[in-house]
Amino acid sequence: MTRLVIRNGRLVDPSSNIDGVYNIYVMAGRIASVKPSKTDTTEITPGAPGLEIIEAEGLLVVPGLIDVHTHLREPGFEYKETVQTGAQAALAGGFTTILCMANTKPVNDNESVTRYILKKAEASGCAVLPVGALSRAQKGESLTEMAELKAAGCVAVSDDGVPVVDGGLMRRALEYSKIFNMPVISHAEDPLIAGSGVMNEGAVSTRLGLKGIPNAAEDSVVARDISLARLTGGRLHIAHVSTRGAVELIRAAKGNGVKVTAEATPHHLALTHEAVAGYNTNTKMNPPLRAPEDVEALREGLRDGTIDCIATDHAPQSTIEKDVEFDRAANGIIGLETAFSVIYGLVEAGVITLNQAIAAMTINPAKAFGLDKGSLRVGAQADMTLIDLNQSWTVEAKGLKSKSKNTPWLGATLKARVVKTITGGKSVYGLERP
Amino acid sequence: MRLKRKDLLGIEDLKLEEIEQILSTAESFKEVSTREIKKVPTLRGKTIINLFYEPSTRTRTSFEIAAKRMSADAVNISVSTSSVVKGETLKDTAKNIEAMRPDCIVVRHPSSGTPLMLAGYVGCSVVNAGDGAHEHPSQALLDMLTVKERKGSIAGLKIAIIGDIAHSRVARSNIYGFTRLGAEVVVAGPPTMMPAGIETLGCRATTDMDSALKGADVVMMLRIQLERQKESFFPTIREYSRVYGLDEMKLKKAKEDVIILHPGPINRGVEISSEVADGPYSLILDQVTNGVAVRMAIFYLLLGAAKEEGK
Amino acid sequence: MKKVVLDEKSIDRALSRIAHEILERNKVPERLVILGIPTRGYHLALKLRKKIEEIEGVTLPAGAVDATLYRDDLGIKKDQPPLKKMDIPIPIDGHVVIMVDDVLFTGRTVRAAMNALMDFGRPLAIQLAVLVDRGHRELPIKADYIGKNIPTSTSEDVKVHLSEIDGVTEVVIYTAEDK
Repeated sequence: MTRLVIRNGRLVDPSSNIDGVYNIYVMAGRIASVKPSKTDTTEITPGAPGLEIIEAEGLLVVPGLIDVHTHLREPGFEYKETVQTGAQAALAGGFTTILCMANTKPVNDNESVTRYILKKAEASGCAVLPVGALSRAQKGESLTEMAELKAAGCVAVSDDGVPVVDGGLMRRALEYSKIFNMPVISHAEDPLIAGSGVMNEGAVSTRLGLKGIPNAAEDSVVARDISLARLTGGRLHIAHVSTRGAVELIRAAKGNGVKVTAEATPHHLALTHEAVAGYNTNTKMNPPLRAPEDVEALREGLRDGTIDCIATDHAPQSTIEKDVEFDRAANGIIGLETAFSVIYGLVEAGVITLNQAIAAMTINPAKAFGLDKGSLRVGAQADMTLIDLNQSWTVEAKGLKSKSKNTPWLGATLKARVVKTITGGKSVYGLERP
Repeated sequence: MRLKRKDLLGIEDLKLEEIEQILSTAESFKEVSTREIKKVPTLRGKTIINLFYEPSTRTRTSFEIAAKRMSADAVNISVSTSSVVKGETLKDTAKNIEAMRPDCIVVRHPSSGTPLMLAGYVGCSVVNAGDGAHEHPSQALLDMLTVKERKGSIAGLKIAIIGDIAHSRVARSNIYGFTRLGAEVVVAGPPTMMPAGIETLGCRATTDMDSALKGADVVMMLRIQLERQKESFFPTIREYSRVYGLDEMKLKKAKEDVIILHPGPINRGVEISSEVADGPYSLILDQVTNGVAVRMAIFYLLLGAAKEEGK
Repeated sequence: MKKVVLDEKSIDRALSRIAHEILERNKVPERLVILGIPTRGYHLALKLRKKIEEIEGVTLPAGAVDATLYRDDLGIKKDQPPLKKMDIPIPIDGHVVIMVDDVLFTGRTVRAAMNALMDFGRPLAIQLAVLVDRGHRELPIKADYIGKNIPTSTSEDVKVHLSEIDGVTEVVIYTAEDK
């Protein structure tokens, strides 16, 4: 029987309100015990067969991070990312569980695609949980066979990447998914209000001469979907919240008992539309980077729990899509490998506490999607991430595991680096020392 | 004396001294175009490529004439946007053109920000001849030259820019230019075509044409794209013309010695009546003449000296 | 070190002599056009015209011929020289152009100015008048009228100061050390 001991690390596990120096004992892939290092008198014999000891002094130890919003691009767009490279990027970023969206080619709207993705992910060391399409071929016309998707391994349904324009269909999805207790993830956008916009509508878009997307494109659909969730009692999860209006709507809805959860991305929390100046296509995504007031509202939402999760919306695009004119460039940025560092930047700036940050990346997403993860209590699966908070690193294309390099943080020096990722008690990623 | 820059991408990042330098150089260059032999050998052996992704007879011709009057070799490349979708990327085009060793690329493109992108790809100078709804610096410079010639100085003047502000690169470049030279700029147009936060560029914004015209020294009318009607920016051409078209009645609100500018080509009877376009206060043709001089000045100031080390 | 080699009075005398020489050589003064190379050559041209007019009782056209756009060192110099005035007052075909500059040195400016002038027409003749000829020609150019020959070394710098521009009228030589 293999055993693993992680000694003297600073354990932060918001699920059990732990923040302190602990020794963590893992047996058969699960947490056997968690003891304060100071008073721990357990005797261990270094070199004993089947025993691995990790000295984690000075490192942060957290439950394996969970990202409820990634795009792995396989099948169909393997030149951007594969399940395998996406999973490697996830582990390098400290994520042990990721949910991948259905907008592949073919769309993940039936069990064969779901099984294909799971098969590809099998040996990756990262738990890849597919999100099934809400409508067939994401056409927004008719519902997918959710029983089949659920049975194949999907944990939620969403047409993410494509807004559900038909409110009637959204209503049916929220109703029907109740059978399987699967959350419906809403990419909340009115494409007719968004028009041909390519960035946030405001003073910056005016200055740059780029077409704008007003907040109302998001607010109006968040309002619609909250009304529908209230009407149906369905489980609604709002993806990539970017506007202050959406935060207010979600806060009010939660207050009224609507079953709604929400996520925000590191980039929407850290950057404003000013980042687009210079026309860097790695600042182009949907929803767009918003005004400072929106960013402030998102941060407040994260502090007060309106925003449950931090999710990356990891969206790999190759240079074919990004090395073009700004208004012709594809939307999206990769985020798995920079997410924790970017969020830790907010912790250091005093925007949120470390505990809030970890919660939003572990136990909160687990709860939102009904996953038995995100915690290091005794008996839990031993998914852990070890982070050196004092290590700075420079984001360089060649160092990224993701097949695509489309991140606005290229060249930036960030603090906090994932040094080890463990799933099921097995080390699946270790930072190579240069 | 040279512009301390490789490229001319917009007015926003030009310093006051740089604008003044271009304008005074352009004033000198006007004389060349009045000669019998309208050519000076200054840029002999230089190659200037006009890379136009949008049809534009006027601007392209003006740049071409300016290059030729400086003895540079001007080559025109017109790329229709529709073929670009299937065709090669801007980066590939840029690298291919650069391999032919031009000294300057003049680029017009429907996507904002493209000249900046191009300037990053190539080592030669890049001149923005209009990008999307972003900037059109040579147009603003010729407008400033035209006003300066007629009014003596620009500081303290009231400039009204009227029409489709949202889609206008001419408006943006002129807001930057005229305010930097000390003028007061007010933009007017329907709210559907007034972009968010335009005031942050340094102008005043109104939907009331009369208040914009009141006391104006200069009125700049923008071309209205008739296709905008389909996107519901205004109900009909007739109604647009009624509210925002410039005729002699409305013009009475302006100062008596008002001058009228228009970047062209004009839609007679839509944004501007024929009486106004052809009236004594109209400097539309002076703008065209000054366009050549301004572009000669730009070429001289960007290309007329030795390349800097390492460039 | 700075050394004054011509004072205001000597300059005036030199210009008077040049005026006489011009008239001696050109029997039809009505055909003359006096064109200076800006900046100081232009002011000298105006002075010279005045002298000729006073001596001969005629009115002569004068103007400026800016050689900047015709220079052969534009692609070599780090900075573009600012453009100056180009003012050709009459069609020059059939006229004798007296081209005036302050200092004749390599001859390159005069070459450029002649090229510029040729773009305006075909003068009957071009004659060159300079206040100072300091030698070191790099092109086969020679002045027709010279105020003063001043042999110099290339490390020296000859400057003409005119009251209109510099507040004082004099010709000075600077040696390299304190230039």
